[in-house]
Amino acid sequence: MSIELKNVTYTYSPGTSYEIHAVRDVSLLIPDGQFIGMIGHTGSGKSTLIQHFNGLIRPTSGTVLYNGEDVWAENYDRKKLRSEVGLVFQYPEHQLFENDVLSDVCFGPMNQGLSRQEAEKEARKALLQVGFKEKNFGKSPFELSGGQKKRAAIAGVLAMNPKILILDEPTAGLDPKGRDDILDQIAQLHKLRGITIILVSHSMEDIAKYVERLIVMNHGQAAFDDTPKKVFLHYKELEKMGLAAPQITYIMHALKENGLDVDENATTVDEARESILKALKGNRSKQAQEEGSSGQKAEQEGRKNG
Amino acid sequence: MIRDITLGQYYPAKSALHRLDPRTKLIGTLVFIVSVFLFHTFLGYAVATVFLGGMILTSKVPVKFMFKGLKAIFLILMITVVFNILLTPGDVLWQWGILRVTKEGLSLAGRMAIRLAYLVIGSSVMTLTTTPNQLTDGLERLLRPLNKIHVPVHEIAMMMSIALRFIPILLEETDKIMKAQIARGADFETGNIIQKAKNMVPLLVPLFISAFRRANDLAMAMEARCYHGGDHRTQMKPLKYAGCDYLAYGVLALYLAVAIAFRAVGI
Repeated sequence: MSIELKNVTYTYSPGTSYEIHAVRDVSLLIPDGQFIGMIGHTGSGKSTLIQHFNGLIRPTSGTVLYNGEDVWAENYDRKKLRSEVGLVFQYPEHQLFENDVLSDVCFGPMNQGLSRQEAEKEARKALLQVGFKEKNFGKSPFELSGGQKKRAAIAGVLAMNPKILILDEPTAGLDPKGRDDILDQIAQLHKLRGITIILVSHSMEDIAKYVERLIVMNHGQAAFDDTPKKVFLHYKELEKMGLAAPQITYIMHALKENGLDVDENATTVDEARESILKALKGNRSKQAQEEGSSGQKAEQEGRKNG
Repeated sequence: MIRDITLGQYYPAKSALHRLDPRTKLIGTLVFIVSVFLFHTFLGYAVATVFLGGMILTSKVPVKFMFKGLKAIFLILMITVVFNILLTPGDVLWQWGILRVTKEGLSLAGRMAIRLAYLVIGSSVMTLTTTPNQLTDGLERLLRPLNKIHVPVHEIAMMMSIALRFIPILLEETDKIMKAQIARGADFETGNIIQKAKNMVPLLVPLFISAFRRANDLAMAMEARCYHGGDHRTQMKPLKYAGCDYLAYGVLALYLAVAIAFRAVGI
């Protein structure tokens, strides 16, 4: 169930003065089951790139392969592709339209040809999985809070049982608790359903905590594509792109420069704590040793003089 | 797809036409429209074509953009042409059952088509070279005398500029919602007309809600900045005529004189 992009380029309004190369010559392979993060400053082409994954936009040049098949070949069933590659847009709550949440979530599965009953079953499952409370199923989507709306909208895509789920900044506009909740639930989904997840985000902290592979977009190109730890080693280059490594990375580098023997690859607060504690313990025993040896030296000197 | 609509879309370029005062361009467009109706012979249309061609050339906007606006009125244009050809009485050139084509019909249809097309292209020249804000500023200034008879000119101009400002925003929004619903398996293309209309619900409901939300936000933002209508409001960049505007008025006067002369002489 892999997606492969080969030399994909996308240009908005080609041939006019508004021409923008949103994506330039990007080649990527998205294998099964990965939890991938995608990061880049505003206008770096992330959102345009992810719309290629489910055939919403056609690359100006290059090919998009799903399971080895060109999705822009004639007779290719892109509707099926879209039901296998779920895409949750930024501010997905703006797409809600039904009278009640449950019907709205049913929209996707029913478009897949399920009966209302079957669709409702999927919808309930999806809503519960994103942590949506059952007592709110019958509410109008417009009565809900921002976080709840977002959950309902994510469930709307999830109910289609996608094999790959792409989320474009699912936490934009949420408070820290709502953000953590939703991200935890997404991570849970990754474990529970074993689906591939592509998480577009602005927050390095979020990315570092959850993903196993990180793609950094800059000026429409994939600048880095590696594990988060390896990407964060390039924190100086990231800064030049208007991004930053997680704050922890800076602390660890600063500690290392000032002589504390910590692991500067630590990217989460927990890892950093471990490493700092270890380094401090190490230091203490070293200091003890040094004190011991300097004491011996003094003794020797004393003997010589005496 | 949806972002290809150009009517009322500014094309940034550095040309004499872009630099003109919006009032000049508004009056110029008006003069051009009047001239299109004054001319009624093909020789006259040739003059209008030369004028329009000259304007397009000085605007430095690719010709392609000028014709894009025509796409929107293509259907109206075709209906006008067909009805004029078939329903005008006169010398019969060709007949088949109740359908008949007359010489007068052909010539009338041709003139109608030219008039309609020139109207659209002429206004496209203006909208492509003038930002919506300039345009409403110009309108407001031109219509200011109407204030005396209690026409709320400023309010109307403000409404217009807001409406114009919202066109691209709503288009973008439509595009976004459409994509989001397509990603959920929505289908906006197939089916008969009733089905198609039904399929639009998932697009229209969110679009209306977002339009209201934006209107609400904007109203709030305006109020927060103490907006209270037109009285005693001054402008940051008051409109001022420059040398090229007087030159443009000269050209326009000459052009209008030619059009009137053509009409008077009957060619």
